Amino acid sequence: MAQHLKSSSKSILLNILRHNIGFSSPSHASRHLRHNLPHGPLTTRLSPNPITRYCNTMVDTLSSIGSHEDTNSQVMDFPGGKVAFTPEIHFISESNEERVPCYRVLDDNGQQLTNSQFVPVSKEIAVKMYSDMVTLQMMDNIFYEAQRQGRLSFYATAFGEEAINIASAAALSPDDVIFPQYREPGVLLWRGFTLQEFANQCFGNKSDYGKGRQMPVHYGSNKLNYFTVSATIATQLPNAVGAAYSLKMDEKDACAVTFFGDGGSSEGDFHAALNFAAVMEAPVLFICRNNGWAISTPTSDQFRSDGVVVKGRAYGIRSIRVDGNDALAMYSAVHEAREMAIREHRPILIEALTYRVGHHSTSDDSTRYRSADEIEWWNKARNPLSRFRTWVESNGWWSDEAESDLRSKIKKEMLEAIRVAEKTEKPNLNHMFSDVYDVPPLNLREQELLVRQAIKSHPQDYPSDVPL
Amino acid sequence: MAARIHGGAGAGAATALSTFNPKKLVAPSRTNLPAARSSKRCIVAGGGSDASKSLSVRHSQKLIASAAVATKAETSATTGTGHELLLFEALQEGLEEEMDRDPHVCVMGEDVGHYGGSYKVTKGLADKFGDLRVLDTPICENAFTGMGIGAAMTGLRPVIEGMNMGFLLLAFNQISNNCGMLHYTSGGQFTIPVVIRGPGGVGRQLGAEHSQRLESYFQSIPGIQMVACSTPYNAKGLMKAAIRSENPVILFEHVLLYNLKEKIPDEEYICNLEEAEMVRPGEHITILTYSRMRYHVMQAAKTLVNKGYDPEVIDIRSLKPFDLYTIGNSVKKTHRVLIVEECMRTGGIGASLTAAINENFHDYLDAPVMCLSSQDVPTPYAGTLEEWTVVQPAQIVTAVEQLCQ
Repeated sequence: MAQHLKSSSKSILLNILRHNIGFSSPSHASRHLRHNLPHGPLTTRLSPNPITRYCNTMVDTLSSIGSHEDTNSQVMDFPGGKVAFTPEIHFISESNEERVPCYRVLDDNGQQLTNSQFVPVSKEIAVKMYSDMVTLQMMDNIFYEAQRQGRLSFYATAFGEEAINIASAAALSPDDVIFPQYREPGVLLWRGFTLQEFANQCFGNKSDYGKGRQMPVHYGSNKLNYFTVSATIATQLPNAVGAAYSLKMDEKDACAVTFFGDGGSSEGDFHAALNFAAVMEAPVLFICRNNGWAISTPTSDQFRSDGVVVKGRAYGIRSIRVDGNDALAMYSAVHEAREMAIREHRPILIEALTYRVGHHSTSDDSTRYRSADEIEWWNKARNPLSRFRTWVESNGWWSDEAESDLRSKIKKEMLEAIRVAEKTEKPNLNHMFSDVYDVPPLNLREQELLVRQAIKSHPQDYPSDVPL
Repeated sequence: MAARIHGGAGAGAATALSTFNPKKLVAPSRTNLPAARSSKRCIVAGGGSDASKSLSVRHSQKLIASAAVATKAETSATTGTGHELLLFEALQEGLEEEMDRDPHVCVMGEDVGHYGGSYKVTKGLADKFGDLRVLDTPICENAFTGMGIGAAMTGLRPVIEGMNMGFLLLAFNQISNNCGMLHYTSGGQFTIPVVIRGPGGVGRQLGAEHSQRLESYFQSIPGIQMVACSTPYNAKGLMKAAIRSENPVILFEHVLLYNLKEKIPDEEYICNLEEAEMVRPGEHITILTYSRMRYHVMQAAKTLVNKGYDPEVIDIRSLKPFDLYTIGNSVKKTHRVLIVEECMRTGGIGASLTAAINENFHDYLDAPVMCLSSQDVPTPYAGTLEEWTVVQPAQIVTAVEQLCQ
């Protein structure tokens, strides 16, 4: 049985990966103004003595620009470090000749590539990963249908991105704090959120942890370290940097992980957050689900760079491009990234290439801006589930019988979860006013009274399943 | 909370409003007014036969007497000892005490670290607590406000400094959508105990972009609290209370008030975030104000007292929610209200306060609520014009005379 690599082999793998990335570690240097400060160990709090200033590292200039003795290529100390001069007028090209290659382990048919490097997964992990991918796909299917039947008000599926959802979650620890966009319920699923709990949030009933205040798919669970989804795009990126900074201050063996799409990478918060994370040396993973579409906007209209991975270097962040439909590649990339982030206190950018098979949400019909053939091809030929299933089965860990057993079990559970969630009553009216502050202030208590008075005089206009 | 709420200036509604307490008069007038406004000495006219007039003359005599000793350092209204400091030092003291008390409190903002803050509020803190607890950030308000929110969610208590409150317009998305909302939308699972603070208001020729009054823009956001400090005493007290609060609190300071000097108690105290401050009890009219306008109002109060009026001045301090209890008691006593604010006329704090008073205390009013605000113009750079966008004491005197006819 394959097991996780022993630490020595793991570090070899890491060195290989680092070499391929082609990045050399920066040397630690003090800031311009504080040359005389000692480089003491980092102490954060509870120390009675004045604390040694923690000197931020400054990235040295790229070592390829060496100092030349030639009078034509002098070196000058501008703020920010030494730069060599050049007498040639040369503009850095807007793009490389070749696009950044994409890391993958399995080929299109799910066969392991011969010289692929990856972090091995045990049978338990692999089977759980595959089962959760199936569960996620079925959950999405059934909730989507429920919305179409009018039982749910809204839903957004993650079709085509199951590998990103589950494999990244599998590579993280339960202490890692997740800041999702809205297409990553698989991370919650991996961590133990039940189908009933998903249904409760979607139906907004009184068992919903969010107390029925948010629209469907805006899950949140402090118990599972999954930050409540905020509908605004990319605002969770600076939040994640803050959480990473907090984890670093507490010296925890954990990192912050945040997800966003190709569209989200255009928001100002993306650029600011990456810059901040690099300067703060915060242990955060930025995972971009580049699925080709931002509602109806294709990536060609979203940015003109070679995807999102090249933007990492602009901010001094180590980055990798991964085949997001390859569960093993996602697992390995996130696993290695997490190690680097925590051990070296640095952010990592992961661009996972994938395809958004479903519509943006139930309010969208994507056939209006892309061909049904294209969707069908990605759904069938490049399906992440079938690729991973082939690999799992090739190890003898899965079978048709297991598949059909799993699917019927999930279908039963889902239908039951929906049935129960639909029947459960909604949260009490007072929850409209609670949690705005820690204690409801006078004006809110007054406003609640006014609402209750209005309900009393017009009971027929008030929904019957919302208790007073 | 461990520290006791000091019985002096912050007691608000609890103190008797009807009896005249000379000590209460002493407390506010001993603060130094901004340099341009020196205290005037007035000759008191001989008393008339009218009972109320002689009452007011008596009041004014006491006021003059205490004003004459205002600049000398003297016993604080409450206990014997105390120490004198400037407002920005009071803020720093409060911040430092809270950072000593709770290791989760941290500061983030531009130039707050080794530079000590643009207004020196965080001076010395980075040397004492280290770079991680006093964090210098790159220039992106939305990002570091977002950072503060994320850090708060994982257990820290960040104090986010906006170099100027106007810059927080860039952070509006994070403040409104995340800071104010996430406690609610998460069903109470995540709290966001951040403090967002910084200087605002019209300064001395800082230009339109650096003279914003953001309290009017933020007042609608559900889930946040807003307070405005005006003296070293309440600056320190409100800073401490804001840090200890589980709700996100926005603490508005004023660019021109940082060098106010006052003697504050040595022992620990906090101010109540939701309480207004009774600056000068009176009988004839309630003047509601906050931040720098408090000093213009007190300046006008001197003139008014000489003319025989007895204004009651309340520093509302809590901008969201309003302390309608203190305000209400005052309105029920005087039946006339004048609001003096620095916000623009349209949609400012005064506009909301006018609506709240009209709704709640309409029956007690003998005259319409009057509100003096800045005009709806961007603040001009020219000093003379800038002075006239801000309400001046002479206008306050005229307004009171008009209301009290």
